[in-house]
Amino acid sequence: MSEAPHVEVKGLTVTARNAAGEMFPIVSDIDFALRRGEVLALIGESGSGKTTIALTLLGHARPGATISGGSIRVGDAELTKLDRSALAQLRGNRIAYIAQSAASAFNPSRTIMDQVIEPALIHDLMPRAQAEAKAVELFRALALPFPDTIGVRYPHQLSGGQLQRLMAAMALITDPELVILDEPTTALDVTTQIEVLRAFKAVVLERGATAIYVSHDLAVVAQMADQIVVLSQGRIREAGAAAQILHAPADDYTRTLMAAAHPAIRPAPEKIALPAAPLLEIRGLTAGYGKIGKDGRPRIPVLRDINLTIERGATLGVIGESGSGKSTIARVIAGLLPPASGQVLLDGEVLPPGLQGRSRDQFRRVQLVFQNADTALNPAHSVGRILARPLAFYHDLKGNAARMRVLELLDLIRLPATLIDRPIGGLSGGQKQRINLARALAADPQLILCDEVTSALDTVVGAAILELMAELRRELGIATMFISHDISTVRAICDDILVLYSGTMVETGPRAAFGVAPFHPYTDLLIGSVPEMRAGWLEESHAGAAPPPIGGTGDHPDLCRFLPRCAARVDGLCNTTPPPRRPLAKGSQILCHHGDESLIPS
Amino acid sequence: MAGASSASGMSAALTLIGKRFASSLLTLLLVSLTIFVIAQLLPGDAAQEALGQSATAEQVAALRHEMGLDRPAHIRYASWLTGMVSGDPGQSMVANMPVAEVIAERLPNSLLLAALSALVAVPVALAIGIGSAMNRGGRIDRALNIVTLSMVAVPEFLVATVAVLIFSVKLRWLPSIALVADDMTWGEYLRGVAMPILTLSIIVIAQMARMTRAAVIDQMDRPYVEMAVLKGVAPVRIVMRHIMPNAIAPIVNAMALSLSYLLGGAVIVETIFNYPGLASLMVNAVTSRDMPLLQACAMIFCAAYLILMLIADVTAILANPRLRAQ
Repeated sequence: MSEAPHVEVKGLTVTARNAAGEMFPIVSDIDFALRRGEVLALIGESGSGKTTIALTLLGHARPGATISGGSIRVGDAELTKLDRSALAQLRGNRIAYIAQSAASAFNPSRTIMDQVIEPALIHDLMPRAQAEAKAVELFRALALPFPDTIGVRYPHQLSGGQLQRLMAAMALITDPELVILDEPTTALDVTTQIEVLRAFKAVVLERGATAIYVSHDLAVVAQMADQIVVLSQGRIREAGAAAQILHAPADDYTRTLMAAAHPAIRPAPEKIALPAAPLLEIRGLTAGYGKIGKDGRPRIPVLRDINLTIERGATLGVIGESGSGKSTIARVIAGLLPPASGQVLLDGEVLPPGLQGRSRDQFRRVQLVFQNADTALNPAHSVGRILARPLAFYHDLKGNAARMRVLELLDLIRLPATLIDRPIGGLSGGQKQRINLARALAADPQLILCDEVTSALDTVVGAAILELMAELRRELGIATMFISHDISTVRAICDDILVLYSGTMVETGPRAAFGVAPFHPYTDLLIGSVPEMRAGWLEESHAGAAPPPIGGTGDHPDLCRFLPRCAARVDGLCNTTPPPRRPLAKGSQILCHHGDESLIPS
Repeated sequence: MAGASSASGMSAALTLIGKRFASSLLTLLLVSLTIFVIAQLLPGDAAQEALGQSATAEQVAALRHEMGLDRPAHIRYASWLTGMVSGDPGQSMVANMPVAEVIAERLPNSLLLAALSALVAVPVALAIGIGSAMNRGGRIDRALNIVTLSMVAVPEFLVATVAVLIFSVKLRWLPSIALVADDMTWGEYLRGVAMPILTLSIIVIAQMARMTRAAVIDQMDRPYVEMAVLKGVAPVRIVMRHIMPNAIAPIVNAMALSLSYLLGGAVIVETIFNYPGLASLMVNAVTSRDMPLLQACAMIFCAAYLILMLIADVTAILANPRLRAQ
């Protein structure tokens, strides 16, 4: 006799009301089943309905949507037949939820402990003291720092990775039979993601709970799932065992997703004979916030001693985790943040440090493309109006001439001319990002600074934007600074790469140097933390291993910034002497005491 | 470690509150200067007013000298300010008795009326605001919206007049004039002030309820509220334990603004019900050019306003863990 599935969804349909008041399905005909202790992954892009489906397993639909058909069975409970109070009895008790962004899913005004033990208290499962003891035990199991006292803290005092693990503790406090994980690592840096994934795998999955893991990232899912359901536009495209989907996908859409996850390496265009001076040069740049002290450093330094050059038509990739100062470099070049010391040279001439003093032509030649097109473009303005503005400002183009140029720009970014009178608010995320790019191109710049232009987009849409940028570069020969947290994207499209850690350049070099070991220990960690699309990678990866113990560190401001996390640090050297900048045989320069011989080959 | 950090956070919050208190005092000083200057700009003075139209210029000058009105402005300001601080804001020129005594007679009446009105209005406003936020878009919400919107729109003299018409003229339940005498029992007093309280409450409830609704709804779409729903937390507990700690600062701020109206803005209500409060006293002081009394009343109203704002800001500091614990 085969065991009845623990969770079974049949013919599920969720409908929502559109602006005209008509009901339309946002997900339909969803069927899946999983046995006790299995992990099922829901994979898809935004708008595929994966979170909607995950929430129905808690009997919940977001405001405006209703579960309108099908059955959802968890154990002996048929969720579609339960009323509000019966559902409340299940939620946070037998079925637990781990939200996408723990930073906003924790109440900012209440302590962590208060929130973590709340499910146990409101469902009368155990007395407060016992719940607190259990929470501390979970904090310890999830490898959180200071497990005994972390509970008295407030969410703003903790990092994103810590909050995500605390959210897991909150979900597990009641020993749920089903855990829903909604993109739990999407908002995290890769190096943090690997730690959180390890903690989840050790604690959530090994307690025997059944789990539904929502993600857009196939490689992450490969580490966690037994079964995978691929969704697109509210329907199942393909479902099956994880190994089958990952190694022998049957559906075209699944194959597109797989391809987008592995950006193809694009050959650099042939270099034209270059004039002597590079297009952009940064010399000895230090920047930050607060008053500038006697030593020439600002009170809160963000960038330290940055030197870089970008040749005409070349692409420089700047990579680092959040807070590393990569956006600050773009802000300094654009003049939004005057540096504390150092110079920015465009075409051999020194740019004035701030916005004041820069000529209109200097503004025109350097254009910034912001990360989030949703907030960078006024949603009430039409496409034509947004693109006409820089044309009038920089080129005095008006009327018909401006309209012709706008149409040319739309053609350049592969959007139909019919969009010209549409409001920005009505475009898709990918279309908005193209308009965002076209707005910068309208100025006819020599250098565009692209700040995480694909990170808010789905992988498939993001891949198309990267493709477009490569074409534009061939056609227009514009130099690009490409800022990203994703090393595989940067390796795919950039000629040169700069790795930034806590405001210092830890490794710089041509792209080829980033394909072969040895690396700077931080580059090594970054590369090693990118999940590979195969089961078992998480267990094999050595990334994020505990660093060897060292003695106290001196107070020298130029000591290696990566020291606290470095797996290759040397006691008595790294914590006393600032690291030198040294070349490696493969062609890159690193800021490290180690050289070719002593770095770990990966 | 955590204990030490919260202790240093507490002292940071105390520093913040101390600064806020100091800035209130500075504001009060600037207000006193403004009041003094504006009072000087009003045409005529108490000497002119006391002697009437037929007085000769010499008589007026002599009285001015006697009252000290011919001294330079900055000296009059300094002596008034020191008097104010030491509890003697001068001599009322019209009543011919110390301003302190005139005010001492009226201030308790005003404070009592304001306190009783607040006691009625705050719980009702909170209940309406939270109730309609919890039923957002539903029938109860729409009904309460219509009620509060019409309450905001109706002027207080109309509310008061209609109330008199219903409760005094037709039903004969309540007196149309709020008499206050020393030998009244609490029951008699409450019967007397029932209609002024009703009128004042209606005015401020509407404003406070709408701000409360807005503050609660602003929090309701936050992810942490959805998280609480998905933890199985009951709706009432979500509002009281999850939303209120985050919404309390804007709510208290709106309430402080509304309640400040109960003292100085009560003049129409005091006039209609003939209630011996501070606001009507101030209006009388303006018409009779009784500058010392006028200035003292204005200072009291401003001080009350600043105290309410200070309470609102301190609440906001204490309610925000980013400011309270760092």
